[in-house]
Amino acid sequence: MTYEKFITASLLALTVAAPVSADVENTDPIRMTMHDWTGQLLTTRIMGGVLEEAGYNIEYVQADYIAQFAGLQSGDLHVAMEIWATTGQEAMDDAIATGNVVSFGPTGMQAIEDWWYPAYMEEQCPGLPDWQALNDCANLFATAETAPFGRYLGGPVTWGGFDEERIEALELDFEVVHAGTDAALFAELESAYQRQAPIVLWVYAPHWAVARYEGNFVEFPTYEAACYTDPSWGINPDMAYDCGKPRGDIYKVGWAGLAENWPGAAAAIEAFTIDNATMGDMVGRVDLGGEDIEAVAAEWIAENEATWSAWISN
Amino acid sequence: MSVSELDIKTPRQSTLAWLRSPWLFWGGLLVATWLISKFSFDIYRAFDARWIIRFPDAWQPDFETRISDFMDWLLQEAQVFGILFRDVTRGLAAVIEAPYDLVVGLLVDGVQRGQGNQAVQILPPLSWIGVIFAVTAIGHYTKSWSMAVLMAVCFSYLAVFGQWESAMMTLASVLIAVPIAAGGGLLLGVLAFRVAWVDKALRPILDLMQTVPVFAYLVPILFMFGFGPVSALVATIIYAMPPMIRVTIVALRGVPEELAELGRMVGCTPRQQMWKILVPSAKPTLMVGVNQVIMLTLNMVIIASMIGAGGLGYDVLTALRRLDIGGGVEAGLAIVVLAIALDRLSQAFSTRTVTQKAAQSKGSFLQRHRWSLLSILVIAVTGIMGLGSTWMQSYPDAAVLSTGQVWEDAIGYINVNYFDALEAMKNTLLMWFLLPLRQFFAGIPWGWGLVVTTLIGFRIGGFRLAALVFVLIGLIILTGLWGKAMTTVYLCGASVAIASIIGIPLGLLAASGATSNRVVGAFIDTLQTLPSFVYLIPVVMLFRVGDFSAMIAIVAYALAPAVRYAAHGIRSIDPQIIEAGIVSGCTRWQMMRRIKLPMIVPELLLGLNQTIMLALSMLVITALVGTRDLGQEVYIALTRANTGQGIVAGLAVAFIAITADRLLEASAKRMRKRMGLS
Repeated sequence: MTYEKFITASLLALTVAAPVSADVENTDPIRMTMHDWTGQLLTTRIMGGVLEEAGYNIEYVQADYIAQFAGLQSGDLHVAMEIWATTGQEAMDDAIATGNVVSFGPTGMQAIEDWWYPAYMEEQCPGLPDWQALNDCANLFATAETAPFGRYLGGPVTWGGFDEERIEALELDFEVVHAGTDAALFAELESAYQRQAPIVLWVYAPHWAVARYEGNFVEFPTYEAACYTDPSWGINPDMAYDCGKPRGDIYKVGWAGLAENWPGAAAAIEAFTIDNATMGDMVGRVDLGGEDIEAVAAEWIAENEATWSAWISN
Repeated sequence: MSVSELDIKTPRQSTLAWLRSPWLFWGGLLVATWLISKFSFDIYRAFDARWIIRFPDAWQPDFETRISDFMDWLLQEAQVFGILFRDVTRGLAAVIEAPYDLVVGLLVDGVQRGQGNQAVQILPPLSWIGVIFAVTAIGHYTKSWSMAVLMAVCFSYLAVFGQWESAMMTLASVLIAVPIAAGGGLLLGVLAFRVAWVDKALRPILDLMQTVPVFAYLVPILFMFGFGPVSALVATIIYAMPPMIRVTIVALRGVPEELAELGRMVGCTPRQQMWKILVPSAKPTLMVGVNQVIMLTLNMVIIASMIGAGGLGYDVLTALRRLDIGGGVEAGLAIVVLAIALDRLSQAFSTRTVTQKAAQSKGSFLQRHRWSLLSILVIAVTGIMGLGSTWMQSYPDAAVLSTGQVWEDAIGYINVNYFDALEAMKNTLLMWFLLPLRQFFAGIPWGWGLVVTTLIGFRIGGFRLAALVFVLIGLIILTGLWGKAMTTVYLCGASVAIASIIGIPLGLLAASGATSNRVVGAFIDTLQTLPSFVYLIPVVMLFRVGDFSAMIAIVAYALAPAVRYAAHGIRSIDPQIIEAGIVSGCTRWQMMRRIKLPMIVPELLLGLNQTIMLALSMLVITALVGTRDLGQEVYIALTRANTGQGIVAGLAVAFIAITADRLLEASAKRMRKRMGLS
């Protein structure tokens, strides 16, 4: 710290009476949104904790994943740490198009989402995880409403994912039933898992479900951009979508005014990255081990000072 | 052939009577609709006219984009007297936020200096012991010792089961939303009572406020009032105010003419007439409205928590996202407990007697205010001692009880052991009831749908009603939402039918004795205030995603009015008629079938009306388990932040509700007239 900076900092500290070092642009609270899944709470607590270390004033606000965009556009909310390309792309693009919301780049985590089955299904349907085994076992997955087709429980309609098209293109004997929310999605998984009953459904990671339940993703032909756009690509020469789903980035976004009011914080958020394995491990410790979210986040901050001090250095 | 031959032979007069018979009209309409529905696809194929089953896109005015553009303009550019419209609403938000912050400070956060995580607490919030003591004192003041005990038990429950902080957060929003909704409702009701055109203008607005799902206008509200508790409060107030306005109008009209006369005789000014005579004498009825406001406010806590209100609603949502059923049930029951406490308190307040009031205003200052003084003392003492020993300030974590695991195990046990039996039951109901009904409604082409509803409107309420129905249904068709509207009608219709089948006998049971009344009353109160989310997730576990799970949730929520109106109908039958039945030697069964049931039909129709309203208001919630109706359309619009789409779909729901409401109201009126009841 230079001499001048030291003086300003001490003066500021005296006038504002803030308890921490105050060499930040201003101490108005930065409002970070918290949603209702553990991974997002962890990323937010980690980012918030790091910014607190740098002297920023953080306020955590509970907000709905989609409804928050209204707040981000008007500047009522400032930072959202996890917008999944797989579920929030449209809302995010719309918000960015208004000019009031900016992206702070990917978090480094990759969203995986695809057809998933519990491990006990491999006994009943030995060909899994290969997708071609699905048709041999379609009758196993069938219910009264879908018979003779198997029942595939898809995500909410708004998640997209082209499952109907995939079923057509790969000639799967399945029918898509859409859950309205992911709470409903995992309620069905829990129910089936308790009874060891057949189920194949949309699961995404990083998510606690992958840690709590044993199981695997179905292995479809690997996604390439051409698969979705070029019918001649892949197994089915006449149709697109004859492959698995793309992995998607998870983005950080925020209010456009953030960089003006707290340039240092904006730079730090832009620099933030974390990988799937680290996050999956922490999510597991919270959801399965019953540890406290704030404690787990604090531990990460304590152990990774070298990593995050680079984010706030400039 | 033979039928028509018979026709020709019958005399002219009876031919006309035969044509006028209700059986011919309703039966004919049903058969025709059924045939058209069954063969609509074939008709379209035969004529190669797809417009028969699908309203062509080219004929649809683009309501969605226009509404979206208008909202954009309103929120970004519109000005009122040179001030941005948004700044006006933001100013309003600040006015609401100030008292809210104060109450939250008192109950949850304490007095703080600074913002965000750099805030420093200067004074702690009221201690849990202090709050429990105060509400107990209020209970004793408004009614009796038993009331005091009830209040103490309810609030202790919140502390013992570890829901204290969230419950106080929720209580804070209730304490702000209820006075605004009730007071505003009273003022608007008074205005409508005195000024005829206000009454006329207000009616359709009230209908829309009650029937357009909140999700439809959530995004614009967030822009206007900012992201946070204030927006949640505004949405709650919009939803909870209409019953207060309606009740006020009814209550003021119900004041006996003699009293109004008295006011005029002693020379009251119009203002004195209103506030010294009419409003005080209408107070018991007005309190019914306040009670409704409290209930509806607590109904909104889940949705409010999605936009930053926090509290118990947020706990329910988070618990269920983690599939922590026990946690969800506990937080949900805390909402029920809070609702029961506030409901009983407001009812007790409305029935306070003159002698009670007189007794309370006797004695010295100390005697009159002994309860409030004692409460202040307890709050102060526990507050000061709480600085030293934390258990006095906030309930100790170590003493928190939890029933969480019990619920989880119970659901798990039912799931593992009875899933197949439940599945079989579900499949039977699906095969023989739900699926045929869905096919029936889905098959009705839009053109015929418009004709049928208009005909029904004409038959029941004459030309004016027919015109109204024609316009409302026509608008739904114009938006291109006919198919989704029919799915809505099917899902709600099936649920309402089942709710009536269960609810009406329950209502008859409740009316048969004091004990059964209490038990049934407590049961439906719980069903209505327990957030549907709490049982929606277990229902999905047992019945899978789909229409059946949605139907169960709707039935559970919409049951209450069917029960209440049936019970109320039985109780309000003229005792002389019952007497007459007994004298003429009716058996119990005959009494029910020949006298009581026919007498309560108008009452049942009103109950049906309310059941339909509640069923429609549940659609947005059931969209969360994957239905394909207008509720889903509203939900999709919300997740895409498409204001226009949301409002259009929300209005379509409202139009269905208004159509059903007007039709049922008109037929209840006709029936009353026929029975000589009015």
